[in-house]
Amino acid sequence: MMGLFHVKHSNFDVVVVGGGHAGCDAAHAAARAGARTALVTLKFDGIGVMSCNPAIGGLGKGHLVREIDALDGVMSRVADAAGIQFRLLNRRKGPAVQGPRAQADRAVYRATMQKEMTSFPGLEVIEGEVTDFRMDGNRVAGIVLADGSEISAGAVVLTTGTFLRGLIHIGDHSYSGGRMGDNAANLLGQRMDGFGLPLGRLKTGTPPRLDGKTIDWNILDSQPGDEDPVFFSFQTKGLEIRQVSCGITHTNAATHEIIRNNLERSAMYGGYIEGVGPRYCPSIEDKVVRFADKDSHQVFLEPEGLNDDTVYPNGISTSLPQDVQEAYVRSIRGLEEVKILQPGYAIEYDYVDPRALDSRLGLRDVPGLFLAGQINGTTGYEEAAAQGLVAGLNAAKEALGADPVTFSRTDSYIGVMVDDLITRGVSEPYRMFTSRAEYRLSLRADNADQRLTGKGIEAGLVGEVRKAAFGDKMERLTRGKSLLEDTKVTPKVLNSNGIKVGEDGKQRSLYQVLAFADVEIQHLVDIAPELAELDAETQAQLKKDALYATYLSRQEQDAAALRKDEARVIPNSFDYSGLESLSNELKMKLQRVRPANLAQAGRIEGMTPAALALILARLNRENREKSA
Amino acid sequence: MDTIFALASAPGRAGVSVIRISGPGSLPALARFGVTDPVPRETLLRSLRDGQGALLDQAVVVYFRAPASFTGEDVVELHLHGSPAIINATLRELGEVPGLRMAEAGEFTRRALENGKMDLAQVEGLADLIDSETEAQRRQAQRVFSGKLGEVVQGWRRDLLRAAALLEAVIDFVDEDVPVDVRPEVEALLARVSASLKVQADGAEVAERVRQGFEVAILGAPNAGKSTLLNYLAGRDAAITSSVAGTTRDVIEVRMDLRGLPVTLLDTAGLRETEDEVEAIGIERARARAEAADLRIYLLEPGEEPRFALQPGDIALHGKADETGDPEGISGRTGQGIDALVARITRIFADRSALVATATRERHRLAILRAMGYLATAQEMLGQEMATEDVIAEELRSAIRALDSLVGNIDVESLLGEIFSSFCIGK
Repeated sequence: MMGLFHVKHSNFDVVVVGGGHAGCDAAHAAARAGARTALVTLKFDGIGVMSCNPAIGGLGKGHLVREIDALDGVMSRVADAAGIQFRLLNRRKGPAVQGPRAQADRAVYRATMQKEMTSFPGLEVIEGEVTDFRMDGNRVAGIVLADGSEISAGAVVLTTGTFLRGLIHIGDHSYSGGRMGDNAANLLGQRMDGFGLPLGRLKTGTPPRLDGKTIDWNILDSQPGDEDPVFFSFQTKGLEIRQVSCGITHTNAATHEIIRNNLERSAMYGGYIEGVGPRYCPSIEDKVVRFADKDSHQVFLEPEGLNDDTVYPNGISTSLPQDVQEAYVRSIRGLEEVKILQPGYAIEYDYVDPRALDSRLGLRDVPGLFLAGQINGTTGYEEAAAQGLVAGLNAAKEALGADPVTFSRTDSYIGVMVDDLITRGVSEPYRMFTSRAEYRLSLRADNADQRLTGKGIEAGLVGEVRKAAFGDKMERLTRGKSLLEDTKVTPKVLNSNGIKVGEDGKQRSLYQVLAFADVEIQHLVDIAPELAELDAETQAQLKKDALYATYLSRQEQDAAALRKDEARVIPNSFDYSGLESLSNELKMKLQRVRPANLAQAGRIEGMTPAALALILARLNRENREKSA
Repeated sequence: MDTIFALASAPGRAGVSVIRISGPGSLPALARFGVTDPVPRETLLRSLRDGQGALLDQAVVVYFRAPASFTGEDVVELHLHGSPAIINATLRELGEVPGLRMAEAGEFTRRALENGKMDLAQVEGLADLIDSETEAQRRQAQRVFSGKLGEVVQGWRRDLLRAAALLEAVIDFVDEDVPVDVRPEVEALLARVSASLKVQADGAEVAERVRQGFEVAILGAPNAGKSTLLNYLAGRDAAITSSVAGTTRDVIEVRMDLRGLPVTLLDTAGLRETEDEVEAIGIERARARAEAADLRIYLLEPGEEPRFALQPGDIALHGKADETGDPEGISGRTGQGIDALVARITRIFADRSALVATATRERHRLAILRAMGYLATAQEMLGQEMATEDVIAEELRSAIRALDSLVGNIDVESLLGEIFSSFCIGK
């Protein structure tokens, strides 16, 4: 026994627990960053399972997937390979708010992800139930499996979704469990309780799954994908599998009547659920009650795969008993004869208040342990994968003794999400929206690589193929941009080339001209013929970059000030109680959030520049004392 | 880095008032006043002129070149004649200079710190500043949000929140059950806010509210000498004074300038039990106004306890000292004790007015002007098909940020709250 407590060498640098979306991108990122990594999962088959709707991306979420791709992550590639319907949302509302989205074939997604996890050197998949952590003092130094074996590691990433006190509700029945059919890993939960972390309770729901063979598709509207699909990965060149359409139907007065008559049998309305659900994903019970004047709600019928007849009816998640689910589903047009393959259910679970995390997604008070995904109070595959990437990368850095790599609100949606989580916490399952990003015009899906691939290369995350392609792309963009910036023209020249501007005598660079909404590069070719040599992709990207140039310079000053404050790191041990001039209220807030830097401190409600100055002064003094 | 400016000396009338400007734009700002020949660390007497070339003031101008200055940046100090009119005009002029903005409380200090110009001991002195600023801001917010102006400002908030929520809803919740074209409604909302902002910027109820300055209610039993005191302070017969108890049946307001601070004195009906209906109404009004005032002075008769719950900082004194011979009392007839009283009142308000007085008015006016600019652009874009929702939303976000100090923070949570309560989201 003695030997076990004195293992000198780690078996692995990083152990990732859980094979969901957070776990996969965490394990892959850790391995890319050079760490010997183990992905430990209950069942190999569970890797890459899409347990909710069969779609990836959307607004804000699509941005996250693009950023994962820019850092050479896996979700983007796998989603492209499994995509059976691609749509770029907001095509007409400006590139900054365009988000790629795809319906995915569940089986292909899972198989492709499993292949990714087993084909990367330095990444090993281990099947087993994690029952405990190995502790080294207060430090997490590995895991213990159900068979008693131990794996030591420099850092552990926990991505176990809804396992903490997960409780599934179908009507008035409830039982403990993770996903349907999974066992909730409650032994590990006891260890987690021992850490004394702040916890909260959330809930989420799913609709019943339908048998597509029993749907009358002929009488329903359908929504096809885009003719020219936009992919998640900058490296994907074309479609890999056959494309399909989604069906659209609607609930009606009869549906609502059935639901209203059975409300007290719903887990939600019967008072069986205490967790807080997301406002943007209400159950059909919620919709009927809260929007009582609406007699119809949209339902998207999303096919789960090319060789799978299961259909996911998006828009009618529920915790009503099975017989009621059957009755209301069959009241919907096209679903009169439908067979339910698996009833809808609500699940409630504990999450760790993410304010206990630092910007690496490591727990501040439990060194060596990182958390990512639903356990942090978020929802969505994309949010989970992006957190997995951050946690996996930084777990690797910690295990290898290298500096952390963190993200900023000014460089990415990833940075926005991490900062929101660790400074504000969550009051409902956190989901990304573009409106959360104050630098939305610069954080676009189309320029995710320009923003992040360089950073990814520095962090050691990016493979050779992408590195070369990125270098080549940047070179073309730089050449095109300087061509545009160096060519200056008068209003007269512009007008004679069919581009209307006022005769204000002002010289403009072609880059400035390209910022006009109705000007494309092809309109400028007569003025600067070399532009014709630029490839179509470069031309289109330059147009998008130019479109926002004026806004970017407006935002740059704010962003620069923010970055400067982000560089003022506040140590975790900083003692706010010593700042006597601060009000007690502010002290308590600061003590709770423990901001990682001055910028985060500034975002705490009630902070003033004067209070920030006080913190800064104390920081300066401590730094001086340290260096003295 | 922005260039910031603020009144560096105490607000109100004084022999000399100092405005400090710090940042890379300090010298260009000085040039705008027509002063182009500053020499570091030399005092120069110069005429400051506004944008139209009209004389603002003869001022002593001092230039400190970076890094040898209070903040470590280029700093210009304008030593002006200490009149609120001159200070206002100069602050207003500075606000028009691109790249310049009014400093937040503590901002000069923060810059000094960042540039290694200050040590912690000096910064600890900020404690009082933080407290008094917070208190001043709280009071200012109460002022802005109360009464008729409060309704106007709440209206802006409501309309801006709704407009932003509509735009964000069509951006973030496409495919959901949201209206396809929100532009007409957004356009109408922005037009309404813009029009209302313009009224404020022109006539400026906001300005009026602050210009009124502080309210001081004079309270006491009937015939305690309240009106006599008011008249003495005002130097004219504003309230009818007579020796018949209960003369002042309504609240009488007199605006005056108390050592440079704008103050409104309220003479109130004497507080006593009465069966006279008209007088009872007067007493009720007196109580209500006194509650809302910034400060209360209670004139006591010998041996009397105040018939009113005074608040911390309020003043209770014996009146009619000319009759009672009380050396600690005051008299509006002989002027005894009045100087000390005025000093006490102005000291209280000078402490409270660090932010409130002129600076706040100017800050709000500039905020409104900035917001109007962004809204005008947004409105123009709403009518253009080529202009996309992402940039229109950006202009609106900028307008909302500019009005932050007036309408309160409208963050993403407030927007989502508005969206989720208006639309059935969740496909």
